Amino acid sequence: MPATRRAVFLERRSYRRRRLADAARLLPVLGLFLIGLPVLWAPAEDRGRDMATTGIYLFVVWLGLIVAAAVLSRTLGGDEPGAAADRAGD
Amino acid sequence: MVPFDILVLVCIAYVVFLFLVAFLVEKRARERAPGWLRSPVIYTLSLSIYCTAWTFYGAVGYAARSGLEFVTIYLGPTLVFVGWWLFLRKLVRVAKSQRATSIADMISSRYGKSPAIGALVTVLCVVAATPYIALQLQSMSLSFAVFAADSSEGWALPDRYATGFWVAVGLALFTILFGTRNLDANEQHHGVVTAIAVEAVVKLVALLAVGIFVVWVVADGAADVVARIRASDVAAWELRPGRWVGLTFVAATAIFCLPRMFQVLVVENSDERHLATAAWAFPLYLFLMSLFVVPIAVVGREALPAVNPDLLVLTLPLSLDRGDLAMLAFLGGFSSATSMVIVAAIALSTMVSNHVVMPLWLSVVRDRRGDVRQLVLRARRASILGVLALGYGYFRVSGGGEALAAMGLIAFVGVAQMLPALIGGLYWRGGTRTGAAAGLAAGFAVWLYALFLPSFGPDVILPAAVLAEGPWGIGWLRPRALFGAEGMDPLLHALFWSLALNTALYCAASIVSFPSPLERVQAQRFVDVFEIAPAASGWSKGGAEAEDLLAMAQRILGPAPAQAFFRAEAEAQGKTGWLPDTTPAFLERLERRLAGSVGAATAHAMIAQIAGGASVSVEDLMAVANETAQIMEYSSQLEQKSEELSRTARALREANEKLTQLSVQKDAFLSQISHELRTPMTSIRAFSEILMDPDGLPDDVRTRYAGIIHEEAIRLTRLLDDLLDLSVLEHGQVQLQESTVVLRDLIDRAILASASTAPERVFVIERDQSREAVAVTTDAGRLTQVLINLLSNARKYCDAAEPRIRIEVRVAGERAELDVIDNGSGIPKQSQALIFEKFARLTDTTRAGGAGLGLAICREIMGKLGGSIVYLPGQGGAAFRLSFPLRLAQAA
Repeated sequence: MPATRRAVFLERRSYRRRRLADAARLLPVLGLFLIGLPVLWAPAEDRGRDMATTGIYLFVVWLGLIVAAAVLSRTLGGDEPGAAADRAGD
Repeated sequence: MVPFDILVLVCIAYVVFLFLVAFLVEKRARERAPGWLRSPVIYTLSLSIYCTAWTFYGAVGYAARSGLEFVTIYLGPTLVFVGWWLFLRKLVRVAKSQRATSIADMISSRYGKSPAIGALVTVLCVVAATPYIALQLQSMSLSFAVFAADSSEGWALPDRYATGFWVAVGLALFTILFGTRNLDANEQHHGVVTAIAVEAVVKLVALLAVGIFVVWVVADGAADVVARIRASDVAAWELRPGRWVGLTFVAATAIFCLPRMFQVLVVENSDERHLATAAWAFPLYLFLMSLFVVPIAVVGREALPAVNPDLLVLTLPLSLDRGDLAMLAFLGGFSSATSMVIVAAIALSTMVSNHVVMPLWLSVVRDRRGDVRQLVLRARRASILGVLALGYGYFRVSGGGEALAAMGLIAFVGVAQMLPALIGGLYWRGGTRTGAAAGLAAGFAVWLYALFLPSFGPDVILPAAVLAEGPWGIGWLRPRALFGAEGMDPLLHALFWSLALNTALYCAASIVSFPSPLERVQAQRFVDVFEIAPAASGWSKGGAEAEDLLAMAQRILGPAPAQAFFRAEAEAQGKTGWLPDTTPAFLERLERRLAGSVGAATAHAMIAQIAGGASVSVEDLMAVANETAQIMEYSSQLEQKSEELSRTARALREANEKLTQLSVQKDAFLSQISHELRTPMTSIRAFSEILMDPDGLPDDVRTRYAGIIHEEAIRLTRLLDDLLDLSVLEHGQVQLQESTVVLRDLIDRAILASASTAPERVFVIERDQSREAVAVTTDAGRLTQVLINLLSNARKYCDAAEPRIRIEVRVAGERAELDVIDNGSGIPKQSQALIFEKFARLTDTTRAGGAGLGLAICREIMGKLGGSIVYLPGQGGAAFRLSFPLRLAQAA
C-alpha cells in the first residue's frame, strides 16, 4: 500500500496546466540567459561596443519576456480550485 | 520659465490632492466598499515605489556615466516577476498564511518567532534604508534648487537643507496620518497604497512625456536618436561582465528584500491572484520607465555637456524653455521620492515598533494593564519621525555630495543579506535560528565593514590607514580587498564576501545546531505551504485562562474586535458566551490574529506569558507525526477493507445466483421425485390390486406381475438408499474401510460394474495400464463407487456416435489424479457449477433413470477421502478429475 496517494497520470487539461507551470518556472532562466548574452559579445576593435544595437537587443528581449509572462500568467491565473489537488502528482 | 512660487504652489496643491485621495480611499475602505481599490492595477502601480527618485533622476545620470548598465537594476526585478510562479507565489502565500507584517516579521516568524532575529533584521534594514531616504531628500532639494536657481522674482536660493527639512516634515505628517491610522490586522493601508498608485501614474507619464519630447521634438525621431547614440561619447561604455551579472542579481534580490518592497509586494497584497497580473504588468512598467533613459541621456549630454547629468530630466526641458514639461517632470520626481519615503517609513516603523519597542516593553514593564494599541501606535509614530530624522540627519552630515549617488546600490547589497535566511527558510526545513542569526550577523558585519563604512570616504568613520593597510596593518583584512581579493569592483567585492560568508555560516550553523520544536513547526509550515498536510499547532494544551487572553487581546485589537473574535471562536466550539476553551487550535488562531498587529514574535511572547510558556514540545510534534501516520494507516486499512468487501459482495452475488438456480432446480426435482416415487408406487398398487383378485389369474401371469412389483420395489429402495447414503455422508457419520489396493484393479472392477448401465451401447475404453500400477491406501469400496458413478454417467450421457471413454492416471507428489473423459458434447458452461449439487440433473429423467444424486454423493465421498472431484472444461467432452492422497490421512 503506498504511503501517499498521488495521481500518476492526469487528464489532458491538468497535464497542459502542469506543463505551463513548468514553462513559467523556466522563463526566468531563459531570461537570465538572454540578458547575460551581451557579456559574450566582443566589442568592435576600433570603436568599442555598439550601444544602440545592444540596447535595442535588450529592450526587445525585455518586451519578449513581458509578453511571455503575460500569456503564461493569463493561462495559469491565480490558483484555480482543484489546482492544489492535482499538484500532488506530476 | 516657471516662477519658484508657482512651483511651490503646484507642489502644495499636488500634496493636498494626494491627501484627499488617501483620505477618501480610507473612508471608503472603512465603509467596506473596496471594489477597484483592490484591483490588480492598483497593486501593480503600488509596486512602482521600486522606482525612486534614484530611478527618475538618477537613471539618466547613470546611463550618462555607465551606459546600459542601468538596465540591470530593472532587469533583475523583471526576472523575479516573470518567474513569479517559482518564488513570489510561495513568498506571498507563506506571508499571508503567517500574517507577516514586515520582512523582519517574516524571517523571525520562520525561525521560531525569534525576537532576536527580528531585531537583527530590523537594525539591518534601518541602517541600510537611512542613506537611501537621505538620497530622496537630497534629490528633492536639488530639484527645487534647479528651479530656484533661475528665479528672477527675488527669491533667494533657498537653503537646500531647509528644503530637505520641510519636505521631511511634510512626509512625516502624511505618513503618520495615513500610515498609523489603524493598527489593523495584516497592516494594510489602502489610502497610502492608492495615493502611491496615483503617484506611480504621474511619474510614468512625466518620464514618458520628457522622453517623447526628447525623441520626437528635440531629436528627429527614433532613427536620429539611434544615430546620435552611436555618435555619442556615452557609447564608449564598457560592459563589465562581473558588474552586469552582479547588479542583475542584487536588483533581483532587492525587489523583495527591501522593506518597502516587501510592504507593497507582500503585506499590502489583498489577493494572491493580483500577482499573476503584476507578473507581466510590473516588468512592463519598468520597461516603460527605462525606455527613454538612454535617449534623454545622450541628447541631454549633447545639449548641456556641463550640467550634472543626474538632473537632465529637469534641466533639458527647462533649457529648451518648456516650463510646463519641466513642471511635470518635477512632479514626477517629487512623486518618486515621496512615495518611496512614505512606504519605507511605514515599513520601517512597523518593524521598529514590533521588533524593538514591543519586546523591550514586554521585558521591562511589569504592569500589563492599559491599552497596548496606543503604545504600539505611539511607537509607530515615533519610529516614523525617527526614521525620517535619521535620513535627514544623514543628509546633513554627509553634506549631500556625490557619494550619495552610490547609496542606492549600497542599500541593495545590505538588504541582500536577508536572502539566505529567506530562501533557506522557504525551501529548506533544516534551516535553524542559529544558522539564520549567524549568517545574518556575518553578512551584516561584512557589509558594514567592506561597503557601508568605507562609502563615507577615508577618515570619516574608517581611518584612511585602515582602508589602505588594513586594521593593525593586517593586509588581508583591508575593507576593499578582503582575503587578498584585490582589483575587484568594491560593490561586487562586498557583495561577494558578505553573501559568501552569510550563506556558508547559515548552512553550516544550521546543520550543526538543533532547532526548537516551534522552529520545526514553523519550518514545516513555510516549506510545505502548498501541501495539504495536517500542521502541528504551535501550542500544547496549556493552563491559559480564556479570560486573561480576552483581556490581553482587547488591549491589542481593541475591545469590540477582540470580543467579536472570542465570541466567534466560542460559537465555533459550540459554546455560548465570550470565553472559548483554550485549545491549541484556538491559541494558534488568536496568536495569528495578534501577529497581524504586533508581529509574530511579540504575539507569541504575549500569549506565552499567559499560557505559562506551554509552548509546543517535541512530544507534541511526535504526536502530530503519529496522528498523520495513523490517518494514513487507517486509510490504507479502509482501502483494504473496501476491497475485501467488494470481494465478498462478488462472492455473495455468485452464491445468490447459485441459490436461485438451485431453488428452481429443487422445485423441479421435488416434482420429479414425487413423480419417480409415484410411478413405481402406482404400478405396485395396480398389480397388487390385480393379484388380490382371488380368481381368474393364471400362475405365469401372477408370477410376472409379482416380478414387476419386486422390480419396482427395488427401484424404490435404490432411490431411498441413495438419499440415505448422501445424508450419511453429509453428516459425517461414515466409517471408512481402509485398505491398500492397486488402482488398476480398482478401475477394472469399476468398468465391469458399470457395464450393466446401458448395456446395449459399446464403448471403447482407452487406458494405459502401466501407469495405473499405483498402490493407494484408501477406502477402496467408496473410491470404486465414485468411479462406477462416473463411468455410468458417461455411458448414460455420452452422445457421440462412436463413444469412447479415456481414463488417465497421474501421480503428483503425495497425490494421485484420475481423469475420466468421454467424447460426448460435455456439460454446458452455465451448468458446470451446478452438477455437483444435490438433485441436479441436466437432462430429462427418462434418460437418467436416477435421482440426480450421483455426483453429489461422489463429491461427498471424495471429500471424506481427503480429495476432490472437479469438472475439467475444454477436454473435448465431459471430463472429471478425481484427486486424492496416496495415503489416506487418518486425521478425521
